[in-house]
Amino acid sequence: MDAVTSLPHFIPELILLGTAFAVLLLDLWIPQKKALAILGLLGIGASFAFVRYPSESLPLFFNFFVVDPFSFFFKIAALGIVALTLLGSLAYQPWNSEGKPEPLPYSGEYTVLFLFMAFGLILMGSSTNLLMIFLSIEFVSILSYLLTGFLKKNPRSKEAALKYLLFGSVSSGVMLYGMSILFGLTGQIDLALIRDGIAQNAPPQALVLTSLLFILVGLGFKISMAPFHMWAPDVYEGAPTPVTGFLTVGPKALGFAVILRVLGTGFPELQMEWSAVLSALSMLTMTIGNVIAISQTNIKRLLAYSSIAQAGYILMGLAVSNEIGIVGVLVYLIAYALTNLGAFLCVISVSNHFGTDEIDSYAGLGQRSPFLAFALTLFLLSLAGIPPLVGFIGKFFVFASAIQGRFFTLAIVAALNSAVAAFYYFKVVRQMYLVPAPTAEPLSHPVSLWIALIVTLAGIIILGLVPSPFITFVERALI
Amino acid sequence: MLTNLLSWIVFSPLAAGLAILFIPNSKAGWCKWVATVVNGFALVLGLILLFQFNPQAAGIQFLEDHSWIPQIGVHYTLGVDGISLPMVLLTLLLCFLACVGSFGIKEREKEYYFLYQLLTTGMLGTFTSLDLFLFYIFWEVVLVPMYFLIGIWGGPRKEYAAIKFFLYTLAGSLFMLLGILALYFHSEPHTFSMLELGKVAYPRVFGQLVFMAFFLGFAIKVPIFPFHTWLPDAHVEAPTPISVLLAGILLKMGTYGFLRISYPILPEASYWFRPAMGILAVVNIIYGGFVALAQKDFKKMIANSSVSHMGFILLGLAAFTTDGFNGAVLQMFSHGMITGGLFLLVGVLYDRAHLRDLDAFGGLGARMTVYSGILTYFSLASLGLPGLSGFVSEFLCLLGTFPTYKTLTFLSLIGIILAATYLLYMIQRVLLGALNPRWSQLPDINGREIFTLAPLMVLILVVGIYPKIILNYLTPALTTLLTQMGNLIP
Repeated sequence: MDAVTSLPHFIPELILLGTAFAVLLLDLWIPQKKALAILGLLGIGASFAFVRYPSESLPLFFNFFVVDPFSFFFKIAALGIVALTLLGSLAYQPWNSEGKPEPLPYSGEYTVLFLFMAFGLILMGSSTNLLMIFLSIEFVSILSYLLTGFLKKNPRSKEAALKYLLFGSVSSGVMLYGMSILFGLTGQIDLALIRDGIAQNAPPQALVLTSLLFILVGLGFKISMAPFHMWAPDVYEGAPTPVTGFLTVGPKALGFAVILRVLGTGFPELQMEWSAVLSALSMLTMTIGNVIAISQTNIKRLLAYSSIAQAGYILMGLAVSNEIGIVGVLVYLIAYALTNLGAFLCVISVSNHFGTDEIDSYAGLGQRSPFLAFALTLFLLSLAGIPPLVGFIGKFFVFASAIQGRFFTLAIVAALNSAVAAFYYFKVVRQMYLVPAPTAEPLSHPVSLWIALIVTLAGIIILGLVPSPFITFVERALI
Repeated sequence: MLTNLLSWIVFSPLAAGLAILFIPNSKAGWCKWVATVVNGFALVLGLILLFQFNPQAAGIQFLEDHSWIPQIGVHYTLGVDGISLPMVLLTLLLCFLACVGSFGIKEREKEYYFLYQLLTTGMLGTFTSLDLFLFYIFWEVVLVPMYFLIGIWGGPRKEYAAIKFFLYTLAGSLFMLLGILALYFHSEPHTFSMLELGKVAYPRVFGQLVFMAFFLGFAIKVPIFPFHTWLPDAHVEAPTPISVLLAGILLKMGTYGFLRISYPILPEASYWFRPAMGILAVVNIIYGGFVALAQKDFKKMIANSSVSHMGFILLGLAAFTTDGFNGAVLQMFSHGMITGGLFLLVGVLYDRAHLRDLDAFGGLGARMTVYSGILTYFSLASLGLPGLSGFVSEFLCLLGTFPTYKTLTFLSLIGIILAATYLLYMIQRVLLGALNPRWSQLPDINGREIFTLAPLMVLILVVGIYPKIILNYLTPALTTLLTQMGNLIP
């Protein structure tokens, strides 16, 4: 489809871009930055209203942007994640290095960056050729580096951004190298054509596998898969908390979308090989994440390692890649996104008050702010996969896929890991309920935080109790 | 209401729990009344269930079946038969009594009663669900409130005990989940229905592996040696009413799991595991007895005596005879009442003396006469005095096992001697001898406490004299189970 005929199918993205530029311009004149964030949220809402379920796959812009059920699903996910993050950011109160609260700098630009981020994520979910995959990943990565270092007077934030940039550049380079090998072997950049090219030309399998592994390095970096997870804890700790919450779910979810596309469309014939690799990496990822999380005393680091472990569970479904496994990946991603964003909303509101993310500061939260503590408890239980919350549904699907696919070692390792994980999630719960509060003074929370918190909390409970419409929604994405 | 009687029974406690969340803090004293009244209401519903239940029919009654997650074939299926009905009634009774027994809890009442009600719903759901997915959910729902109930209102080492209980049971249940999934994918069309899964034949090794996965989940709950180490900690640290529920009901979830899932669905593997079950039963009986004998802490002694008494249930399960199975389920019921009562009695003493050291007491028989009488009554019931329920159930377990495992039956008798020893030794140290002057002012047991114990005492006596009132319900269900299993066992 050429550019002009493509445009009617590109309205949500156009709205998003239009809002981003409008906010950028208005930022020059409007001093109330919160109004800009609300405008951004309205833009996302409008964009969301125009997202339609496509009845067939539409190759827009000469096949450089695909609108299909799969991208529809991730479009909704990306918009939802960014909207919740912006809601959480509205309530965010950073503390400077002297231990004083001060407003978030450049909050106009902050909103703009997130609007572009939403566009970048949609691009990631809609790309089916190597060029667009690389460009969209770079687009998202660069925005992530900027957002990570947004508290530019805070040394930790700066360190995190630099670390992220260095790690990111190296893995992007490796990925690009892999892509260039693949292009050399097949002469194609479109994933479907690459698959045909491999089938017809029958290039040396070792080379194909090497290129695939190199591509997986870049993508593994995005989803914080071990052994490419080293950046995650420092970046997650240093970044402004709403950005951390976003980074643990947004790029990760879309990273999985790209991996699903690459493996499913490009390399279905090599499933034996990549399945073995991913299954080993899945076990490695969850074990590293869970074991190191145990000793963390900072909640952002704890959730960082927990999110590495969660990536390991999601990888289970991908490694098995049977029907239930793929459904499981998408179900888990949404479950995880809602839960983790919710948990970070709680972290935001606690750090607003104390200026610290140490788990000790959660002491007695059950008394000081019963609803917040209750919500965080449910989020942690959902992360631990305790029914009837949505995290259990996700875990159930990936376990089911492993059992059906006869990946018994994987299933047993994951079961043991889940028990270990419960231990550190309960460390936080213990602080909130079992340790007495230093003072009984209640905490207060801004309205936007309440809205976001209630949305995520209702989400994890309702999707957990009535999962079948949700599962249907996921299944429609995979037609 | 009568068409959805089971749902009403299972969810009315939870509804009360949610209502409690909305009681303002200034009126926190209302929480206990809401919880007690609703649990009493659930108990009445339970009695209606009992009278509507037809004991002659062997199958599931009061079946409620609705599709819940059609994509993966999950149903919301509740039902009771002769095995689960006594457990449901025991749960309702103990939850009501322990709720009255909780009136002593003065701090964070709102949270306490919310969690208590959630726990009640979880336990009732476990005993009534007939869909493995649903069963698993209820099974896990029990864990979370238990963690808080031990961790917030428990004794000095509460945090350790709470997390140990939680992790232990969670690890076991995750393996159970793997077992559930294995059964699910083996059935065609895939189903979680326990009734449907019971009709499928499974390959030998597959069945054994799945049995072991379920075994891990159930064995930790029972607890079967060597998975019992969480039990003394949890029981000792938990507040009195929660110890009652732990010992009275939670442990039975494990043995109930064998009878509801492992045995009917995997009869061949269960039969294969029978000798091991018998040996583990004897280990539980003797080991638990000796450990109980060595305790200086009153509560720890009762906790370890549970390990021993649960061994008799396992022995009955290893028997594969109607007598043995009857004995096992009757013992589940009777141990729930007796140990529940004993924990309440420990609590009565602890509330007054703030001490549980057996050697620190002495001569209380002179000071707390009513209390002494009741304690002696429960101790005699626990050690198996003929005429009380413990005797009948343990006798049936032994009788059922004797034809197959004569040596094991003889060895189990040591457990009965041990029970007599540690219980009488306890009575001697606490009630007899010269009155320790330190306790000369201890008030006797009060009316509310007697109210929590009296129904149990009556039931123990009634079941002891005329066990048919329970066996009438058990025998048809268990005979059918044995026949079904017999058809599948080579």
